[in-house]
Amino acid sequence: MTKPVGMEVAVAAAEAVALCNIDVAACYPITPNTHIAEHLADIIADGRIDAEYITVESEHSALSAVMGASGTGARTFTATSSQGLMYMHEILPITPAMRLPVVMGLGNRAVSGPINIWNDHSDIIMQRDSGWLSIFADNGQEAVDMFIQAFKIAEHPDVLLPINVNMDGFQLTHVVEPIVFPTQAQVNKFLPPYKPFASLHPDHPLSMGTLGLPEIYTEAVKARDVATVNAKKVIVQIWQEWEKQFGRKYEPVMTYKTAGAEILILTMGSMGETAEVAVDALRKKGVKVGLLKLKLWRPFPFDEIRKAVRGAKTLVVTDRALSYGGPGGPVCSEIRAALYDQPNRPEIVNYIIGLGGRDVRVEDFMKMIEGAPKAKKSGDAYQIYGVRE
Amino acid sequence: MKKWPETWKEYNTGGIVFEPGNARSFKTGPWRSLRPVWDNSKCIKCGVCYIFCPEGCVQEGPDGFFAADLDYCKGCGICAHECWPSAISMIEEGQES
Amino acid sequence: MSTLTVTPNYATGVVSNFDLFAGKLVDREEYFSCGHRACQGCGEALAIRLMCKALGKETVIANATGCMEVISTLYPTTAWKLPWIHVAFPNAAAVGSGVEAGLKVMRRKGRIPDRYVKTVAIGGDGGTVDIGLQALSGAMERGHDMLYVCFDNEAYMNTGIQRSSATPFGASTTTAPAGAASPGNRTWKKNVPEIMVAHNVPYVATACHSYPIDFMNKVKKARAVKGPAYIHCLAVCPTGWRAESKDCIKLGRLAVETGIFPLYEVENGKYRLTVEKPEKLRPVTDYMKMQGRFRHLGKEEIGYFQDRVNLEFAKLMNKVECIESWDELKG
Repeated sequence: MTKPVGMEVAVAAAEAVALCNIDVAACYPITPNTHIAEHLADIIADGRIDAEYITVESEHSALSAVMGASGTGARTFTATSSQGLMYMHEILPITPAMRLPVVMGLGNRAVSGPINIWNDHSDIIMQRDSGWLSIFADNGQEAVDMFIQAFKIAEHPDVLLPINVNMDGFQLTHVVEPIVFPTQAQVNKFLPPYKPFASLHPDHPLSMGTLGLPEIYTEAVKARDVATVNAKKVIVQIWQEWEKQFGRKYEPVMTYKTAGAEILILTMGSMGETAEVAVDALRKKGVKVGLLKLKLWRPFPFDEIRKAVRGAKTLVVTDRALSYGGPGGPVCSEIRAALYDQPNRPEIVNYIIGLGGRDVRVEDFMKMIEGAPKAKKSGDAYQIYGVRE
Repeated sequence: MKKWPETWKEYNTGGIVFEPGNARSFKTGPWRSLRPVWDNSKCIKCGVCYIFCPEGCVQEGPDGFFAADLDYCKGCGICAHECWPSAISMIEEGQES
Repeated sequence: MSTLTVTPNYATGVVSNFDLFAGKLVDREEYFSCGHRACQGCGEALAIRLMCKALGKETVIANATGCMEVISTLYPTTAWKLPWIHVAFPNAAAVGSGVEAGLKVMRRKGRIPDRYVKTVAIGGDGGTVDIGLQALSGAMERGHDMLYVCFDNEAYMNTGIQRSSATPFGASTTTAPAGAASPGNRTWKKNVPEIMVAHNVPYVATACHSYPIDFMNKVKKARAVKGPAYIHCLAVCPTGWRAESKDCIKLGRLAVETGIFPLYEVENGKYRLTVEKPEKLRPVTDYMKMQGRFRHLGKEEIGYFQDRVNLEFAKLMNKVECIESWDELKG
């Protein structure tokens, strides 16, 4: 294992993608993912990897181009954020439908309006039902690891679905962190070359992206859903393989100091590390609190959530996006659905936090945990934390 | 070939069709109300009917004359209209040539 | 080409500028099979069939959503015998960009056989000149080694004859219908070949299935360009034009003979008419009277149409006569 190096996370993410020896990348500039796109362009321009970099004229074309390339059997990558992801929206659900294992880096950013370039999760949440696999990194090391894992997951013959790796914009993409890079030989051992099950070539003409009439559309949806749900098993397997080779553990729901916890707080993304500090402080004060970190957003780990909350009286779910006029934060919706028919389920409190780059500090997590009983009493399905009344 | 896969498990991954040109299993001939009939005594074997057929169903036979595959001919009438020596006429289905 | 010459019979409008026997010499292989679900007498299906013959086996097609995609690949069947991909409506040029990049890098890395395969993106007029124009502009500007062919049937036929920016002046469509207060479509057809010329695309051409040898020669020429190329092919749609299916070829010929849709190519900046200019253009009414979409037009509108066609044709001839090729300009 190599020594840790200090590196901006977005740059490190590009290095990780390069270690995967991609064939084609297509990126369109948008803050805060730009450093991934720029550094990857540097790597290719310097001849460090042999790949084609398409400087597309839009995100819509970025995803379209990598899908075309993926159709030829190439290993492909794109990256975007916020409005860019919105602009891809039309194409997003077609990638999993065509079973093209594209890997996407997301520097999560708030969706307009008002226009805002800072971090929350409203971009990926709005694309929740597009059918992409979705994983979240807490820190730079996880981002690097997850990009390498992502190619292996997406290209697995039992999966063949696109995947996005989520990094909080600025709060993660733009910070310098110590990162341990695997060597090229280690990556090659972990990640074999992509062997497409079908590809566009005159030696074996085939038609990709065909029309599904009412007589077949339902069966197409079912086939895709089964593949998506079953992907969880492969993801867990690949994460275990990673742990074996590299020593770093990944699970759909990671736990922190949950033994004997009466209150649990759940985060997704880089705020997990801030929440850890809050849990440490409260534990010192004698509060029986623990932390759950959701790493796998799609497919949603229902069983793992049920298992993780067992024994807790209160579950505080933080969300970094809001479903307007809906049941509350989107992460909390899934958790409520997971626990609805469970006996002895914990009481659930939902906070919407950190919108559009609003800072959430250790004290805020402590306040949220300590204020949970009061919030529950209010009867509101969710609270927008820290809003100026 | 089955018209539809029986269960979702038979739906090809990604909806890919692996057999090139298998649309031939779908016969478009029944769409037709008029059919082309060749009078080979007038035919100069130029191939205009072949080149202009949107179905690609007019092909040259071993004797050098052309004929439409009536499994697919939709009866558009292009071949008859374009035939330079007027060797092709369109007649109503059900009538004898 | 054939040794037998046949005098074109203009009186019947049956044969003009077309070597009668040339059709027998084209590739007999069909790459676009029978059993596709295009309407009777579909000019676009014919154009696709001819294009494939000219392209040959070593080709990958990226298709925009539209008539040709819908009628050719109803799962579990396909009419295509060439490798084919469809993703969505506006992005055929972008998907093609990716296919081209993928084939190039995979060949370079030794992962596919070491031989040249051409990438060809295709779309209808809506998918090309309206919703797909940005992706097309990007792909052409980036210089991908890719041919783009637009099959222009002058409206959104797949969704039911709605007006596009390629719809001609005066045509009645379902979203620009003729009525007491409307002459139908009020705008002049967008000149996309000219936009492609402005992208410095080394080979741009207009074509029509009614001139199959001319069209196929252009496809072959465009295929040979190692870089971007663009062909704009008029594809007669009897259904949407409210015409008889048997008149499909004749209508394409009349579009050319009236000067409404001149056939030309622009090779390295040099304009050339590819079908000899007639001494006198036929009146536009010869073309219009065969189509229900123009039936409502009065004298005044037809007069405007004729004047504008004359002007546009004169503008084109001015380019043909005056503009020098890039090589000539270099001296």
